[in-house]
Amino acid sequence: MKNFLISIKLTCILIILCGLVFPVLIAMAGKLAPGGGKGETVMAHGRVVGYANVGQKFTEDKYFWGRPSAVDYNAAGSAGSNKGPSNPDYLKTVQDRIDSFLVHNPGVKKEEIPSEVVTASGSGLDPDISPASAFLQIKRVAAVRGISADKVKTLVDSHVQKPLLGLFGPSKVNVLKLNVALDELK
Amino acid sequence: MNTELFGVIMTFLITLLIAFPLGKYIARVFKGERTITDFMNPVERFIFRVSGINPNASMDWKQFLKAMLSINMLWFVYAFFTLMFQDKLPLNPDGNPGQTPDLAFNTAISFLVNCNLQHYSGETGVTYFTQLFVLAFLQFVTAATGIAALVALFNGIKEKTTNNLGNFWNLLVKTTTRILLPICIVAAILLAFNGTPASFDGKDSIVTLQGDSVQVSRGPAAGFVAIKHLGTNGGGWFGANSAHPLENPNYFTAMLELILQTIIPIAMIFAMGFYIQRKKFAYVIFGVMTVGMLCLLIPTIATELHGNPAIAKLGASQATGAMEGKEVRFGPALSGYWSIITTIISTGSINSMHDSSMAISGLMQLLAMMINAFYGGCGVGILNYYIYIIIAVFISGLMVGRTPEFMGHKVEAREIKIASMVWLLSAILVKGGAALAAYMVAHHPDVAWAVKPSAWLNNPSYHGFSEMLYEFTSSNANNGSGFEGLGDNNIFWNVSTGIVLILARFIPIIGPIAIVGLLANKKFIPESPGTLRTDSLTFGAMTFAVIVIVNALSFFPALALGPIAEYFSLQ
Repeated sequence: MKNFLISIKLTCILIILCGLVFPVLIAMAGKLAPGGGKGETVMAHGRVVGYANVGQKFTEDKYFWGRPSAVDYNAAGSAGSNKGPSNPDYLKTVQDRIDSFLVHNPGVKKEEIPSEVVTASGSGLDPDISPASAFLQIKRVAAVRGISADKVKTLVDSHVQKPLLGLFGPSKVNVLKLNVALDELK
Repeated sequence: MNTELFGVIMTFLITLLIAFPLGKYIARVFKGERTITDFMNPVERFIFRVSGINPNASMDWKQFLKAMLSINMLWFVYAFFTLMFQDKLPLNPDGNPGQTPDLAFNTAISFLVNCNLQHYSGETGVTYFTQLFVLAFLQFVTAATGIAALVALFNGIKEKTTNNLGNFWNLLVKTTTRILLPICIVAAILLAFNGTPASFDGKDSIVTLQGDSVQVSRGPAAGFVAIKHLGTNGGGWFGANSAHPLENPNYFTAMLELILQTIIPIAMIFAMGFYIQRKKFAYVIFGVMTVGMLCLLIPTIATELHGNPAIAKLGASQATGAMEGKEVRFGPALSGYWSIITTIISTGSINSMHDSSMAISGLMQLLAMMINAFYGGCGVGILNYYIYIIIAVFISGLMVGRTPEFMGHKVEAREIKIASMVWLLSAILVKGGAALAAYMVAHHPDVAWAVKPSAWLNNPSYHGFSEMLYEFTSSNANNGSGFEGLGDNNIFWNVSTGIVLILARFIPIIGPIAIVGLLANKKFIPESPGTLRTDSLTFGAMTFAVIVIVNALSFFPALALGPIAEYFSLQ
């Protein structure tokens, strides 16, 4: 009985400490962070077009495409496909994605296609692609927009984010930021 | 050198650089020596006074367990009812509904036992109120419970003969105020400055560059993400856990979250060395655990970097490794490292979808959780390892033909029986559970549950079996990660894993505490030349062999039906 009285009082105090004081403290500190602790947004055409870190759907040929998403880039219900590596239905989907990529990007060879272009991301909201995937799409984007491929290539080069401190992790390209810059390109 | 592998090595090195001094610090905290967090003294005195706790009162092993179990029972009742009625409580900007009774049962238990299995999805299944006042709160106190239990074990080993394992309330409070909160505050601020949301604003509606309307879930996630890792809980704020770009925005935060989840389990090993003043004993344990970790890690990273042979056959390049279920900003090497760290330690947070891992990686993840003692969860990892030590002491004793001893106390039938029951339990829960689920799928596919057994599996064949095996292995290890394709939000999975979770949490805590309590009560026998030295490399190798043999005997047949069969079918 004594244990229960202590338990109740201690629980109440710890709920206040860990569940209230701690997150409120962090929320206050977060106000100083980029985006004010609400997530960093990206502006274009005079309006907010998305969050820098949250991937979004690009299906038009004039934009660089991100990765396939198991949830169709629904940012209120993140998930992966959870398909196992040997699943025959899944392998058929991958085959379809390869074929579709080849149709939209004439001149690209099958063995050049990096695996992340034809596989779904873990969150369904992956904001990045590898530099190799971006380079493969330059020809298509440039042709649709009627600008020179060299100009687009320069833009992509400037959007390649190097590994952390140049040492740790993969290089990547943020698809949304690249496409926003592309729209601004004259 | 490959920047992806370099990132993995650096992450592990930084972990060790932090864990060693942290271990020293933790030992000082529990010895009651002066530390830099002495400014928390008034807060602790206030908590003790208001709650009516005498922090210096001694407890024997039974009193210790009674205190621990009573407060845990209270937490369960509180969590269960709050989750069920969360729709009627404040702080619900997204208008999410209350949980069904079976889901609330599962969620309450899985957070109570430091597991965070999460049969709901973070964006829609809980409210800010329950995320903070129930789930985040439990993430703190259940980690503290595990550490408190481990310090009780230290107290029992340290003294020659004693009844006193320390005061549970004192250990619980000090772990929270002096270890968990200070580290979490620093980590959460780092996360917030790297893009993890921290404000209380609800969903945002935006129109994308291409013109689609989408909603973006947010919320005060930064603090939650910090404690979910530091406390080896693993439950995500968002459905996709740390694969979600707001929960884990870049490579730096991935390294940070990996370091956070590993430092306390490793620091506790060093803390043991300093606390019981047997440093060599601790270093040997650290060595065995690290060797075990590497045995699981190296094949995983190799197979993930190699890519999916089935996709290579379709003709696409596999130069960037297997990317299904993975994020570009982390890459396959760090994702492979994460999948092993999160399963050897009972965190269960993920930065890639384990269901889509290669067959060998899935095998390693399962093995990691079955062993559950290479570093292991906050506090409980070493408690599990202690069971292996007792069995190793017993077998070594039989081999040399003398009464087994550990730290100057005779290990006799009663202690061995408890240890055997603890390790037998996991084999029964994992294989029994998986067998029952497989039976339902095969023979009763159309039972009218929220998800029919015929619709449980997201993948056919061997991989489908692995999904069920993984769910019970994860529950038994109190891990919380999953092969998430499994349709698990229905009464069968909610109740069966709930029962496994609660048994697999408390019996492996009660067992070691009872053993150490019984041993500490016995007469102390000074070391003689004939004593089996438990701090030698030979004994370390012996323990490693025991771990391998015990788990191979228990689990090999089940693994052969799942990931091993899948591996051969992919070749």
